[in-house]
Amino acid sequence: MSDATELPTPRASIFAGLRLTWTAAIAGSVLLFWLILALFGPWIAPHGEAEIISGTTFAPIGEGGLLGTDKLGRDVFSRLIYGVRTTLLLALITTVISFAFGVTLGFAAAILKGWFDIVVSRIVEAFMAFPSTLLALVVIGAFGTSITVLVLTVGLVLSTSVFRVSRALGYDIGVMDFVEAARARGEGTWWILTREILPNSMAPLIAEFGLRFTFSILFLSGLSFLGLGVQEPAADWGLMVQENVGGLFLGSSAALIPAACIASLTVSMNLLVDWFQQRQQGETVLEKIDQ
Amino acid sequence: MSDILTIKNLRVEGRPPGGAYVPIVKGVSLNVAKGEVLALIGESGSGKSTISLASMGFARPGCRIAGGEIWLNGRDIMKLSPHERHALRGDEVSYVAQSAAASFNPALRIGKQVIEAPLWHGAGDAATLTAAAVDLYRKLDLPNPDTVDEKFPHQVSGGQLQRLMAAMAMSCGPDLLILDEPTTALDVTTQIEVLKAFKDLIRDQGTAAIYVTHDLAVVAQVADRILVLKNGEMVEKGPTAQILHDPQHEYTRTLMDAVRPAPHLVDHVDASAAQAPVISARNITAGYGALTILSDVSVDVPAASVVGVIGESGCGKSTLARVVAGLTPLREGELMLDGKVAAPSVKDRPRDTLKDCQIVFQMADTALNPRQRIGDILGRPLEFYQGLKGRARADKVGDLLEQVDLPRSFASRFPGELSGGQKQRINLARALAADPKVILCDEVTSALDTVVAAGVIELLKSLKDKLGVAYMFISHDLSTVASFADEVVVLYAGRVVEKGPSKGVFSPPFHPYTRLLLSSVPEMRQGWLEGVADTGEAKAASAGSVIIGAKGCPFANRCTHVIAGTCDSITPPLRDLPGGLSVACHLDADALPRT
Amino acid sequence: MYRIILTRLAQGLLTLLLASMIIFGATEILPGDVAEAILGQSRTEEALATLREEMGLNRPAIVRYFDWLGGMVQGDLGTSLATKRPVADMIESRMWNTLRLALLAAAISVPLSLALGLWSAMRAGGKVDKTLAMTTLALIAVPEFFIGLILMKVFAVELKWLSASANTRPYFDFWQNFRALALPVATLSFAVLAHMMRMTRSSVINIFTSPYMEMAALKGLPKRRLVVRHALPNALSPILTVIALNLSYMVSGVIIVETVFGVPGLTRLLVDGVTLRDIPLIQACAMIFGAVYILLNLLADVLSIMANPRLRYPK
Repeated sequence: MSDATELPTPRASIFAGLRLTWTAAIAGSVLLFWLILALFGPWIAPHGEAEIISGTTFAPIGEGGLLGTDKLGRDVFSRLIYGVRTTLLLALITTVISFAFGVTLGFAAAILKGWFDIVVSRIVEAFMAFPSTLLALVVIGAFGTSITVLVLTVGLVLSTSVFRVSRALGYDIGVMDFVEAARARGEGTWWILTREILPNSMAPLIAEFGLRFTFSILFLSGLSFLGLGVQEPAADWGLMVQENVGGLFLGSSAALIPAACIASLTVSMNLLVDWFQQRQQGETVLEKIDQ
Repeated sequence: MSDILTIKNLRVEGRPPGGAYVPIVKGVSLNVAKGEVLALIGESGSGKSTISLASMGFARPGCRIAGGEIWLNGRDIMKLSPHERHALRGDEVSYVAQSAAASFNPALRIGKQVIEAPLWHGAGDAATLTAAAVDLYRKLDLPNPDTVDEKFPHQVSGGQLQRLMAAMAMSCGPDLLILDEPTTALDVTTQIEVLKAFKDLIRDQGTAAIYVTHDLAVVAQVADRILVLKNGEMVEKGPTAQILHDPQHEYTRTLMDAVRPAPHLVDHVDASAAQAPVISARNITAGYGALTILSDVSVDVPAASVVGVIGESGCGKSTLARVVAGLTPLREGELMLDGKVAAPSVKDRPRDTLKDCQIVFQMADTALNPRQRIGDILGRPLEFYQGLKGRARADKVGDLLEQVDLPRSFASRFPGELSGGQKQRINLARALAADPKVILCDEVTSALDTVVAAGVIELLKSLKDKLGVAYMFISHDLSTVASFADEVVVLYAGRVVEKGPSKGVFSPPFHPYTRLLLSSVPEMRQGWLEGVADTGEAKAASAGSVIIGAKGCPFANRCTHVIAGTCDSITPPLRDLPGGLSVACHLDADALPRT
Repeated sequence: MYRIILTRLAQGLLTLLLASMIIFGATEILPGDVAEAILGQSRTEEALATLREEMGLNRPAIVRYFDWLGGMVQGDLGTSLATKRPVADMIESRMWNTLRLALLAAAISVPLSLALGLWSAMRAGGKVDKTLAMTTLALIAVPEFFIGLILMKVFAVELKWLSASANTRPYFDFWQNFRALALPVATLSFAVLAHMMRMTRSSVINIFTSPYMEMAALKGLPKRRLVVRHALPNALSPILTVIALNLSYMVSGVIIVETVFGVPGLTRLLVDGVTLRDIPLIQACAMIFGAVYILLNLLADVLSIMANPRLRYPK
């Protein structure tokens, strides 16, 4: 039964009901920081990406460069800055690709249903049968380590999850009465998709974008660590970790610093997505027993 | 004192997630004497459910008891520790919820759950408690009382589950029983058995009870005293007879009028030969996948008239609406809209056909896209069907809003800002935007509060008079249909069992099912329940369940007039009776039930 | 219920088949083929042609696919291009290392994550819950190799308590094995633990919002009983799903962990095979991993179906 004391929402914005928390503010600042660094990096970095600045390899923090030098004597600080651009750019591109594929196929499967849905779902399931790293291994192993292959592979791996989310959304929203009302009116599939279903999917899709972005960063850095991602002498954070592992035993933190930077990016993104989804954290019945 | 429960000045607050606390119950006082049944009546937002839970000292997640005294069995339970307070739940006071299916744990067997409370509180050992429970099952008239304990909740029907929930609540021998809308979710015909069972049990054990409901007629059957609530405050209270026959407060009077609107029965419809019926459905058979819901259904809706389609859940009324709208393609039969043959599926119908027949859904909340403004929701059909744009479109949107008695300024709002009744009016306005000849109303008032619903029905009536639009009005609420429809079609298990002018259908002779349906509607007089529950008819009806797709007459397994050999093998044809009435029954016209 | 299980089994086999096609297809679209790889630089057109003829590479892809598939099923996993040994032999010696790592990590992380997830769900919103939430968030957001490296730096390099290399020998006693395996197992466990704990927590909290939980509470039952007797039986199904999902993280994690700690396991074999473009090896390893993952998921699904009373005892 509806009516009476329903509290009205002033604006049907996706961000309605959200208040900035401390964690969200900090997370946002960190991301902003890296973004600015990515945009203005080359002007700030004291040295070039592949420039060898010192004869001392694995120089500790403070000596040689601001954060020391790596295995070849390059400035860790500068490479870190150049690495942001690579990391962020690659993560962004792969996530966008995954959404292009995943959302299109997912919504199509939910709307067309029938054979299309069955076939596509089975294929996606088969792809998901492989742990992502494995799949990437096989594909990159077959096609080589060029950037195009890397980006497409990671995009493909990410798109399976996006597909599942979109398909579920498409089905859930597709059976709502307002979509039925549109169908009864005689609206075409395209209209229903873009004007009825999509606007109501924005919030979950935005959250999913954030999550895929994070996963992409982790995945790409993992691949670089295995030697399958970005190749030398490019400054990619994951690669930097892998190539400087030897320095760990010599007291150098050249491997740990880029790893920590990766962590800061992904933790912040996760916190932001959590904050975005944090609308309904009400009490549960268990707590009411204690009152 | 002999009062089991005394509440003084109760205040309860609630808050939406991320919001601030607002008062829900604003200082309500009541008392329940030993063995007495007090009914709490009100619409949604009145706080009746909240108050009933508060008598256990419990507030739902998101709410808190902000003040007042709650004396249960001589103790102020708000002064106890949470632990002590929690201990009296399921012991001195217990709860029966609205939905039995949602209250039983699907993963545990019924028997375990029924005796769980008394077992936990140390009222006895498992064996004695189980025996007592089986005894309760017998008193509640449950089939298979000895074996139902072993079953899982999903293996038992809704009406039975509701009675099992009563057994579960009574198994601990409480002093106070709280019944929170226990029969609201049930079909009218099931409601009777359950109501009678509850009433007998309460009287038998001498338990006091609080009965929460919005249905005054139900209350008339079970309550000794009534308390009327509105917006968290008490409006009126008194003995049942007084409230029913001599309500003092204006709100109570409005409530009474809305619950039982005056019937407006028509004894014949002018089938104006000049105009083709706006809807003409012939021998429709339809379903979903392998399931057949409708079999051989024929319905006509003449221009500017109201045809009510009644039946209980599962009879196929909504499917009928969907078939007419083209959302569920028919499998067999023919459908004509305004004299032209309509394609089974909405995709194959031209825009002209589509605009003639519009549909309004039951759930106002989900029928409007939450991310579109009202102006766009109403503007789209204007653009789609009539090609209106810009200024012309905006003006017409304003006109539509006025037509449904809403302010023009609503065009800039979002659905989330509107109340349930307002949303349903927008739904109606959207249908009107197409300038249709007929509107399919699929249970459009069933999810609304009684008073609000009455307002919507008034609107429908005035629109019909002003615009000459026809309605196919689908509902399970007989009194609403009786006040509004010119013709009535009775559906049972996907077949038409009776149809004709409303006066003819609602007066004798009846199809046996129609008779059962009509007699199941609680009347607002005390003593009605006893009269109707023990008849042979009611017993036969509860002996079987609805079977769709059976051979012969679908009602055969529940009918007291069943003719063995005929009714269970040959489907009765629709026979014409005087007065434009048609009945699908094997009985001769004079053998049909009359009382 | 048995019908549903059989359907699920059939679906699983279908997925397995599709997976094999994907693997075969991926390695098929290579520019150049096995014959070229074998002959290397010194290849002539004639030699290539002869070799292709010998190896049957001239037959259409479909035939070769079925050949390969048939061989797989019978246990013949092909011959490695790099070492010329039967792939099956190579795998056998490595398989145990990977399996041991995975089983140990699973044995630790699964019960722990279930317990912690349940605990934090019971105390949702409280201090413990919030702390655990932050910790797990940090763990899932941090790359696994980072965790591994930190652990290595602290315990192997600085404190020298544990070994940085996971090479074990058959003659190792318990403590030597422990010192070698502790770090890789811990690293693998952390990542999986974090994911599983979060998912368990949200599944269980979801159950707490069910109406039958309120009814049970109104019977005066204490929290512990509510959780154990009412919530848990309904949580079996979602929890099994959670565990299955996390197997994926486990397998991905194993690859990283084996690389960081130098574990001589199956994934290392795969990575090396990829570097060397050793097609038969890649195909066999990928197939094994895929099969294990699909089968485990199947098991989880079937158990989940059996745990649902609606399906076990139909009307």
